[in-house]
Amino acid sequence: MADLTSNFIGIKSPNPFWLASAPPTDKKYNVERAFEAGWGGVVWKTLGAEGPPIVNVSGPRYGAIWGADRRLLGLNNIELITDRPLEVNLQEIKEVKRKWKDRAMIISLMVPCDEDSWKAILKQIEDTEADGVELNFGCPHGMAERGMGSAVGQVPEYIEMVTRWVKQYSRMPCIVKLTPNVTSILPPAMAAKRGGADAVSLINTIKSITNVDLDAFSPFPMIDGKGSHGGYCGPAVKPIALNMVAEIARHEETRGLPISGIGGVTTWHDAAEFLALGAGNVQVCSAAMTYGFKIVQEMISGLSQYLDEKEMALSDLIGRAVPNFVEWQHLNLNYVTKAVINQDDCIKCGRCYAACEDTSHQAIAMSEDRTFTVKDDECVACNLCVNVCPVDNCITMQTLPKGALDERTGRKVGNYANWTTHPNNPGAVAAE
Amino acid sequence: MSNSPLTPGIVAARLPAAAYQSNFADHEPALDRHEARVAADRCYFCHDAPCMTACPTSIDVPLFIRQIATGTPEAAAKTIFDQNILGGMCARVCPTEQLCEEACVREAAEGKPVEIGRLQRFATDTVMVKGVHPFKRAKPTGKSVAVVGAGPAGLACAHRLAMKGHDVVVYDARPKAGGLNEYGIASYKSTNDFAAREVEWLLKIGGIRIETGKALGRDLALADLQKSHDAVFLGIGLGGVNALRAPGEDMKNVRNAVDFISELRQTSDKSTLPIGRDVVVIGGGMTAVDAAVQSKLLGAENVTIVYRRGQEKMSASGYEQDHAAQAGVRIIIHAAPVAVQDGAVEFAYTEEWPKGLTVTSQTFTLKADQVFKAIGQTLSGAPEGLKLEGGKIAVDGHGRSSVPGIWAGGDCASGGDDLTVTAVKEGRDAAEDIHASLMA
Ligand SMILES: Cc1cc2nc3c(=O)[nH]c(=O)nc-3n(C[C@H](O)[C@H](O)[C@H](O)COP(=O)(O)OP(=O)(O)OC[C@H]3O[C@@H](n4cnc5c(N)ncnc54)[C@H](O)[C@@H]3O)c2cc1C
Ligand SMILES: Cc1cc2nc3c(=O)[nH]c(=O)nc-3n(C[C@H](O)[C@H](O)[C@H](O)COP(=O)(O)O)c2cc1C
Ligand code: SF4
Ligand code: SF4
Ligand code: SF4
Repeated sequence: MADLTSNFIGIKSPNPFWLASAPPTDKKYNVERAFEAGWGGVVWKTLGAEGPPIVNVSGPRYGAIWGADRRLLGLNNIELITDRPLEVNLQEIKEVKRKWKDRAMIISLMVPCDEDSWKAILKQIEDTEADGVELNFGCPHGMAERGMGSAVGQVPEYIEMVTRWVKQYSRMPCIVKLTPNVTSILPPAMAAKRGGADAVSLINTIKSITNVDLDAFSPFPMIDGKGSHGGYCGPAVKPIALNMVAEIARHEETRGLPISGIGGVTTWHDAAEFLALGAGNVQVCSAAMTYGFKIVQEMISGLSQYLDEKEMALSDLIGRAVPNFVEWQHLNLNYVTKAVINQDDCIKCGRCYAACEDTSHQAIAMSEDRTFTVKDDECVACNLCVNVCPVDNCITMQTLPKGALDERTGRKVGNYANWTTHPNNPGAVAAE
Repeated sequence: MSNSPLTPGIVAARLPAAAYQSNFADHEPALDRHEARVAADRCYFCHDAPCMTACPTSIDVPLFIRQIATGTPEAAAKTIFDQNILGGMCARVCPTEQLCEEACVREAAEGKPVEIGRLQRFATDTVMVKGVHPFKRAKPTGKSVAVVGAGPAGLACAHRLAMKGHDVVVYDARPKAGGLNEYGIASYKSTNDFAAREVEWLLKIGGIRIETGKALGRDLALADLQKSHDAVFLGIGLGGVNALRAPGEDMKNVRNAVDFISELRQTSDKSTLPIGRDVVVIGGGMTAVDAAVQSKLLGAENVTIVYRRGQEKMSASGYEQDHAAQAGVRIIIHAAPVAVQDGAVEFAYTEEWPKGLTVTSQTFTLKADQVFKAIGQTLSGAPEGLKLEGGKIAVDGHGRSSVPGIWAGGDCASGGDDLTVTAVKEGRDAAEDIHASLMA
C-alpha cells in the first residue's frame, strides 16, 4: 500500500481526500462518521457572522440530471451557508478536532465584506484548534445577492482585500475558495495570491437550472411555483474544474500556488487526474452526498494501487501532467493517428457509422453484413467514433510512425511541427 | 469401440471424445473486461448493503464491485479475500440465488440481480492468475495450531492463523488437500484443477504445513495433537452417508453419489468413466443434482432424480433444479424407494402430513442399471469425548467445542448451512477466536 499521507500547506492528513464544505460537514455527527469511514479531512460547512442564523427554504433544495440507469451526473442546490448557531458549530469543531488530531479540520467562512466582520469572526474561531480557514468566495446563490460569496469572488480586488485582512488578523493557513462563475479563473487566483493566500481551492458550484417543471412552468427545484438558479456540482462539472485547476497550475504568475481541487471527484481516478493537473489534494461533496461516506474507501484503495503500480510517491503525482498542458498552437500538427476497430469486440451497433457518416468525415464503411471498418484515406482521427462506441476499448487510435504514409493527405508523417511555424499561419515565424 | 447412450449396462465412452471436453467445460464462463464493467455498473453501492448481509462471510460487495468499476480489480480481490480467502471458489460454487444475489435490491427491482458471483470471480481470477498473494504474515508468535481437515473450513482457519503469525499444521486423511472442493464440487464449477491451484495459492502466505494421508483416529490421536500443539481445530466434514434402508441397497450397482462424484473429479479423462444407460439418483440436494447432471454429461440416456418430499423441500435451489432439467434430468417428487431390484428400482408414492411422511400403496418401477444414493451425509469418526448436537460436533458462536482447546467448524460442526462459504466463515471465525485465546 502506497503511503497516502498528505501535507497540504503544512496541514497534515492521512490521505489527500477531504470533504468539501457542504452538508456532509455541517455537524459533529456527520464529520465523526466521515472520519470513521476514512476521510482525511473536512472543510466545515461555511460559517457566517454571529447573529440570527441563516434561514433555508423548506421545500426542495436540490435538482439533478441523470445518465442511463438513473446514475446521478449533476446536482444543483439552493442551500445557503450553515443555518446552525455559530457557537454550536464552534463548540463542535473544537470537540471533533480534539478527538481526531490526525485529520485536517478547516473552517469555511463567509461574512460581510468589511474589515470588522472578518476581524470579529477570525477572533471567534481562534481557539477551535482548527488547522486552517477557507474563505468561501464561491457560493453563487442567495448569499451572492447579499454581497457575499461569489459576489466577492467575481471581483479580484475584493478577494485580495479580504485575503489580506485574514492574513493580518489570523495565524491560520488561509485557503481561498474560488467561484467558477467568471470568464477567466486567473484574475481571481492572482488576486488571492497577491492578498497572501496560502492556497486556493476550486471550484465552488456553477450557476445553473437543471430542469423545468412543464406543468407548473417553473424552474426546478420549485418552491411554491417559483424557482431560482442553483449551484451545479457533481461528475458533470469535473471537466470545467479540471481546466480551471490546470490553468492556475501552469500560469507563470500563479504557478506554485497550492491548489485544493474540487468538482465532481467521484472515484480514485478523478482524484488522480486533479492531482496530476496540479492539485495538492482534493475535496469531495457530491460523491459523498450520492453514495455515502464509505465511497472514500475506493478512492484510498484505488489511488494507492495506482501509485504502487507506477512506483510513484503521492508527491510525484502532483502536477505531473502540468507541463503537458499546453496551448493549442504548441500541439504537433505532424502527429497522425487513425481509428482502428477491433472486429472481435465490435457488436455491430453502427453508432460509430452514424456519427461519422452523418456528422463527421464519412470515414467508416459499413458492409452488407454489418461489418464496420475505418477508411484510412478519410479518417481525420477526430475520436468521435471512439467516444460514441458502447464497447470500451473496441475502437482505438493507432499512431502512425514517422515516415509512414497518411493515406488521407498522401503525405508521409514528418517531424514535430506546430502552428507557430505552419506555412498557412500568416504570423508564422520561420523555422530556424 | 462404439458405445453410445443406448448401450445397455454400465459402460464407459458413451460419447465422442469431443463431447466430454465441452460437457465438462466451465458451465458459467468468466466475464471478460467489458462484461465485467457493464455488470459492475449496475451496482447501486447500497448503504448497509443487503447483499453483504446475505453473504455468510460478509464480503463488502458494494465496495469490491465499485473497485471493479473503477478499473482496480486487484483492490476488489483484496476486499474479497479480506473476508473470504476462498473467494475464488465461492465465486464458482455459492448458490448465489439463495445468498447475495437473492438479496440484491435489483433482484427486487427488476428480477435481475447484479451478477455478484461472476464479478467476484472476475476480481479474484485477476489476482490469482498473476500468482499474487495479497497478505503477509504477522511476526511469529511461537504458537502452533493443529488443523484437522483440509477442506474449506480447515484451509480458511489455517490461513487466518498463519496470517496472525501462528504456525499451522493441517492434517488430512485424503491424498490431496481441498476437501470437497477437490473431491465433491461438480466438475463444471471448478475446472482446470482450480481447487488444487487455489490451495497452492493460499499456502503462499507461509507458515502452513499440510500433511496428507493422515487420518485422525487412524494415524493421529486427538490427545497427541493437543499435546504437540497449542490449539486444535476440527474441520473434518461429513464422511458418512445415510442409508436407504430398502432391500437390495447392497447390490453392486448401488453406489454412494459422493463416491461416484469423487472418482469423477479425480479422473482427468472422463471418457474412461463407466456410467449406466438408465441412472436413478435418490435424494433432493446439491449432491443428487450434481450426480444426476454429471451422469447425463457422461452419456447416460435416462437420468432420474427421485425425491421423497415436495419440490419446495428440495435443498437444491430452484436454479440447481433448473440446471438439472436443462441437462435433461427428470425429477420425480413424492416417491420413496421400496426395493432395489436387478436393473430396476421400485418406488412408492408418498404423502406428506403435518406429522410426517407416509408411503402409499401406489408403486411404480424405474429401469436402473445404476443407482446413486444421495440422501445426505453424516458425521463419522468424530473423536470421543466431544459433545454432539444434532449429530454434529456441538460448538458455540466462536466455534468452541465442549472441550477447551478444541474448536470445530464447517460441515462437521453444529449450526449453519452445509455450504463452502459457510465452512469458510466458520473456519475464519474460529481462527480469530483461537488467536484471541492464544494471545490472551
Ligand atoms: C457433491 C457435493 C456438491 C456440493 N456442491 C456445493 C456447491 O455447489 N456449493 C456449495 O456452497 N457447497 C456445496 N457442497 C457443500 C460443500 O462442499 C461443503 O459444505 C464444504 O466442503 C464443507 O467444508 P468442510 O471444510 O467443512 O468439509 P469438507 O470439504 O468435507 O472437508 C473435510 C476434510 O476433512 C478430511 N477429513 C475427514 N475426516 C478426517 C479425519 N478423521 N482425519 C483427517 N482428515 C479428515 C477430509 O478428507 C476432507 O478433506 C457440496 C457438497 C457435496 C457433497
Ligand atoms: C448542498 C450543497 C451545499 C454547499 N454548501 C457550500 C458551502 O456552504 N460552502 C462552500 O464553500 N461550498 C458549498 N458547496 C460547494 C461544495 O463545497 C463543492 O465546492 C461543490 O459541490 C463541487 O464539488 P462536488 O462536485 O464534489 O460536489 C455546497 C454544495 C452543495 C451540493
Ligand atoms: S460503435 Fe463500436 S460496437 Fe458499434 S459498430 Fe462501431 S465499432 Fe462496433
Ligand atoms: S462469497 Fe458467495 S455469497 Fe458471499 S458474496 Fe461471494 S458469491 Fe455471494
Ligand atoms: S444489493 Fe445489489 S445493487 Fe445493492 S450493493 Fe448489493 S449488489 Fe449492489
